[in-house]
Amino acid sequence: MTKSVFLGALTVAGIAAGGAYAGTLDDVQARGKLNCGVTTGLVGFAAPDANGEWEGFDVGVCRAVAAAVLGDANAVEFVPTTGKTRFTALASGEIDMLARNTTWTFSRDVDLKFEFVGVNYYDGQGFMVPTELGVTSAKDLDGATVCIQTGTTTELNLADFFRANSISYEPVPIETNAEAQQQYLAGACDVYTTDASGLAATRATFEAPGDHVLLPEIISKEPLGPLVRHGDNEWGDVVRWTLNALITAEELGVTSANIAEMAAGSNNPEINRLLGTEGSLGEMLGLDAEWGKRALEAGGNYAELFERNIGENTPIALSRGLNAQWTDGGLLYSPPFR
Amino acid sequence: MTVMTDPPKESFRLSMLIYDTRYRAITIQVVALLGFAAFFGWLIWNTSNNLAALGKEPSFRFLWEPAGYDINQRLLDYNSQSPHIRAAFIGVLNTLVIAVLGCITATVIGVLVGVLRLSKNWVVSRLMAVYVEMFRNVPVLLWIVLAMAIMIEIPPGPREFRGDNATASVSLFGTVAVTNRGIYVPDPKFDGGLGDLPVGASSTDAACAAYYDGSEGLVDINPACGTFQISLDFLAIVALLAGTLYISRRIKQRADDIQEKTGDRPTTWYIRLAVVVVPMVILLYLLGLYFTVPELKGFNFKDGLHLRNSLIALWLALSLYTAAFIAEIVRAGILAISKGQTEAASALGLSAGRTMSLVVLPQALRVIIPPLISNYLNLTKNSSLAIAVGYMDLTGTLMGVTLNQTGRELETVLLGMLIYLSISLTISMAMNWYNESIKLQER
Repeated sequence: MTKSVFLGALTVAGIAAGGAYAGTLDDVQARGKLNCGVTTGLVGFAAPDANGEWEGFDVGVCRAVAAAVLGDANAVEFVPTTGKTRFTALASGEIDMLARNTTWTFSRDVDLKFEFVGVNYYDGQGFMVPTELGVTSAKDLDGATVCIQTGTTTELNLADFFRANSISYEPVPIETNAEAQQQYLAGACDVYTTDASGLAATRATFEAPGDHVLLPEIISKEPLGPLVRHGDNEWGDVVRWTLNALITAEELGVTSANIAEMAAGSNNPEINRLLGTEGSLGEMLGLDAEWGKRALEAGGNYAELFERNIGENTPIALSRGLNAQWTDGGLLYSPPFR
Repeated sequence: MTVMTDPPKESFRLSMLIYDTRYRAITIQVVALLGFAAFFGWLIWNTSNNLAALGKEPSFRFLWEPAGYDINQRLLDYNSQSPHIRAAFIGVLNTLVIAVLGCITATVIGVLVGVLRLSKNWVVSRLMAVYVEMFRNVPVLLWIVLAMAIMIEIPPGPREFRGDNATASVSLFGTVAVTNRGIYVPDPKFDGGLGDLPVGASSTDAACAAYYDGSEGLVDINPACGTFQISLDFLAIVALLAGTLYISRRIKQRADDIQEKTGDRPTTWYIRLAVVVVPMVILLYLLGLYFTVPELKGFNFKDGLHLRNSLIALWLALSLYTAAFIAEIVRAGILAISKGQTEAASALGLSAGRTMSLVVLPQALRVIIPPLISNYLNLTKNSSLAIAVGYMDLTGTLMGVTLNQTGRELETVLLGMLIYLSISLTISMAMNWYNESIKLQER
């Protein structure tokens, strides 16, 4: 494994770095396919379905970008990446964008030379414990054994949280969510910690979800969003404004059901600009006028993507919470299309 | 008169490099070497160029930044504020622990199984054959995962030890707790310890000298002055053990000499045992050795030595897997010794056990050691599968979390490869030295 990572890094650096500063947009259009990095499989966010078709919340963003740029929501090559390989894949140019519930942090943005184009899910790290332990606060966890996924921001947050509260713990590092679930259910660890959305998704798959409780403390901010390489601002703009288009569409009430009607022209000039019947926003991006319309036709607006993949009617059953529009008391706030 | 003329001196021509068989071989080798060097030069040049284009010049400065993550099994002091390089070092130590434990157990099991496989008892030899075939024909990763699953699913959780109607109890007179989080055994401590010896202290200020964090590790780090302090208790025990083993060896040599001269071997085993054991017992008594017994406090057992189930699973699986190969090597080694040797030994009246230990094994070792070296190396390298069970070895710390948190793939992987290379070369050097010492002495 050691050797393959090394050779892989060398080869990838060798083959692809030439394209690092070239126009990614031109590359994608010339190739006719968007290479989009996703998880190796997290139901709700990105996972292949029974027919091998990728679907999920992050996948929806990839498809919207592909539709905007190439006019075909299926012209996406999904590249599964692990927590370890995701940044190498993006830096080397193996993928054009990464939509893999990745937390936007200072060092990833600045030191690793990436550009986070926005946030598509506001998350935070939480704790899950069996109800029978009688624990009501994360501060009661002194001496507990905690299962964590390695290679994520969660283990750093965990170390900081326990250090700040001067309590001790025994970390049990685990590679994947499935193994963590096995150890937690067998009682090999008292607590399982990861992003609250992941905990909810995991708990939903238990035989008796009611026997487990999420502690009230959310110990970190985990803004998850798609990212691209530093230094190619045109491409960064395309991905950023595609994401903003999905969010703005929800705010303006444009859905995949009424988009045909809206595209015929409406009284709201912002809708017209978004869907390309007015102004020349698409041209400014280096795309055609109907890019926004196609992005929305791919999978609907933000709300539709959310409800279909991770919303309350899915097994994952996440409520909108922080991820509601700013008009509903949430944090989603897209800059205007003007 | 005839004049003897020398044959015309052949002057060197460039075309001879290709057409003259005397030079051709050298030409080909030089060209191949240059090509090889050029390829690697290009690879390195290309990589560093491309990394520079990405704005990621290779740099090892990240090693001195705080790591930010915790490691559960640490032989030295470590916390999340320690630098990455220390996290890597903790990882190296964990790798070495598993390598040493694994090599010892694999050798013991392997030799035993190898000898038993040649047993005349049909059941025993068949059982051993089944063991060997089963372990060496399934990938070691699966054995590691299976061992971990057993460790997690079968023993009781700490909660089951609690309360008046506990379903589990601490075994061996309340000293060993077997749980699904690992095994807790009594931990040796000293109450009349000799203190610590600072190593490489650059400053002699009071804070540095007075530092004591209450930890009982063999080697601690002193944050006040950034040096290591080595436990004097530990040094005393090692020194005494080395001294008494040397004396015991001298007694054995003397017995050999007497046997050589007189033909009678004096009985020395009880003297040799006493020489090693008595001073050790006295030293341990003087140091105030006592054991802390694991006790259930809060979520987990405390006060005992915690052998985590990741360590046990990895150790068990690697040992059993490698032992299957060693067993075959041992069997081959024994079978390589001609039957005449055994028959000659029994003609001399040596018992079967002595025939094995005095005649067959010393000769078989010469066949056994070289392939044994590669099995030790395999075990050490296979220990990098540790991350599958969350054992924080070098792959888990430096090439796992550190790589991921700093994004320095090339640097961490290169450093990791270098460390594995050094460990492997050291093992092979030691084993080659041993191989040399048991080689057939030709006179």
